Amino acid sequence: MIGTGILKGMAVTARNFVGSYFDKERLITVQYPEERNPLPENYRNFPFLVYDGDDPQAGLRCVACKICEKECPPQCIYIVKSEDKKPDYMGKPQFYPKIFDIDVSVCMSCQICVEVCPFEAIKMDKEFELSRRERFDALLMRKDDLAKSNDYYRRISPTDAAQVDAKLAAAAEAAAKRKAAAPAASKPATPAASPAPTRASS
Amino acid sequence: MSATVETLEAMERPPVSMGSRLEGELLEVSMGPQHPSTHGVFRMNVALEGEVVRKLKPVFGYLHRNHEKIGENVSYLGSMPYTDRLDYFCSMTNNWAYALSVEKLAGIEVPERAEYLRVILAELTRLQNHASLLGFLLNDMGAWGTPLMYAFREREKILDLFESLSGSRMMCDYMRFGGCRVDASREWLAYAKKIVDRFPRFVDELEQLIVGNEVVIARTQNVGNVSPELAVSAGITGPMLRACGVNYDVRKVDGYGFYPRFKFRIPLGEHGDTYDRLMMRVLEMGESVGILKQAFEQIPAGPIINPKVKIRAFRPPVGEAYGRIEAPKGELGFYLISDGGTNPYRYRVRPPSFINLTILEDMCLGHTVADVMVILGSIDIVMGEVDR
Repeated sequence: MIGTGILKGMAVTARNFVGSYFDKERLITVQYPEERNPLPENYRNFPFLVYDGDDPQAGLRCVACKICEKECPPQCIYIVKSEDKKPDYMGKPQFYPKIFDIDVSVCMSCQICVEVCPFEAIKMDKEFELSRRERFDALLMRKDDLAKSNDYYRRISPTDAAQVDAKLAAAAEAAAKRKAAAPAASKPATPAASPAPTRASS
Repeated sequence: MSATVETLEAMERPPVSMGSRLEGELLEVSMGPQHPSTHGVFRMNVALEGEVVRKLKPVFGYLHRNHEKIGENVSYLGSMPYTDRLDYFCSMTNNWAYALSVEKLAGIEVPERAEYLRVILAELTRLQNHASLLGFLLNDMGAWGTPLMYAFREREKILDLFESLSGSRMMCDYMRFGGCRVDASREWLAYAKKIVDRFPRFVDELEQLIVGNEVVIARTQNVGNVSPELAVSAGITGPMLRACGVNYDVRKVDGYGFYPRFKFRIPLGEHGDTYDRLMMRVLEMGESVGILKQAFEQIPAGPIINPKVKIRAFRPPVGEAYGRIEAPKGELGFYLISDGGTNPYRYRVRPPSFINLTILEDMCLGHTVADVMVILGSIDIVMGEVDR
């Protein structure tokens, strides 16, 4: 009979419409700025630089090795290496980034910088409301904008942060053991340059 | 005298150019690129006789972004996130096709759990792609919005699964050479199983609406027929080829991944018209649900990535490889030539929706303008993949 298809379609619409009052599963939209869906833990949006301790500049884990700059597919990272060295979180003197810029408008959130980083220095953020009033400068994230504390990282992705902390703690312990063993093995070569207190994170 | 004859001859001559002037009774219309039903920026120069299409010339390239050249200038790993942007509805299958060809090139083994995860994600991708295609197709036929929203409701659940696993709804960037990036937790698998178990409810509802609906039947049956001979000679693949009755599915032919371990059937059409193409999608969703259920039962524990594969400075040996999979839209292949360096020497994509689009004119001739939209919708194109 002509018209049954339309009636059937209308019945489905009516069932969904009425059902949305009784069945939470059918009511799927949220009123965004007021209501928010919780983000999954694996959610990734934009990279940030992790620092240990309280000082964002002194505690940066990044040693300006430029691997992420090289591997970044859209080439959105720009790094200038420092001339001098400063002690890193393990107390070893390391280079640090004099300039570390990421262009938000170019970044495609692929996470490759995080995967290739051997120092656990760059991680993915969950902040997605990145709109800016200006077109150019505000979308270029400088080192100061990118630096975020390890506590923040622990808060946004607890599972990964715990793994990273455990790995770094193990590395620091191994380094301390080596340092303790080194003086016994070769006395004269020891004054290893590690004057700063260890800032092991865990 | 002779001048008159020449004029008459000129008037009877069929129009040859596709220029912008009127010729005879034919009206040339440029549909698109900003047309709501072209699924992106796609243009068709259509020559109309009244309402009937006499000529059709597809124009594309508006979304061209040098994908293949970019692929030759970044590392092998660096191309992986770019493949997400090919067919942005099915980033998981794009990842898989690219990973498969690099694995072939470098001879990399994939752990068992990773292969199962890949099958699960590819079939979930197929479910959401076909669901949203049916929504769009009904949208093109005039059922504005509502069926599409129901399809998107189901798609959203699957995208939530992708997001919680890979970190992104559509740009998943999930697979790596020799495995996958993140392991799926037990809770994730349980939740995915729940969603898959409920999916047939939606498919049945949709099928019931489509099969008996006289509007759908009037708009789709005997519209845009493709003969099996034409489909095979034009290189058509995927549900569009199977709608003509040609039994060809890369999952069965190649048996890549662990597909030979699963029991599933290949739905085949008979007439090759738009209705058959539509029903192919509905039936394939049912088969995908079957594969997913088997995969959830069989998935073993274990590593998800081959530890021998280097992330940085990955250099496959000199050679060439073509890896192909059955993406939701058809056969998706990546052809790579390696010269031993960190970048591919040649990187070529075989995009299914681009090649399926090539017979658009043959399908549309003799039908009305309104049918062109339905036929185009039934091909299932994504301009990100057509233009690359």
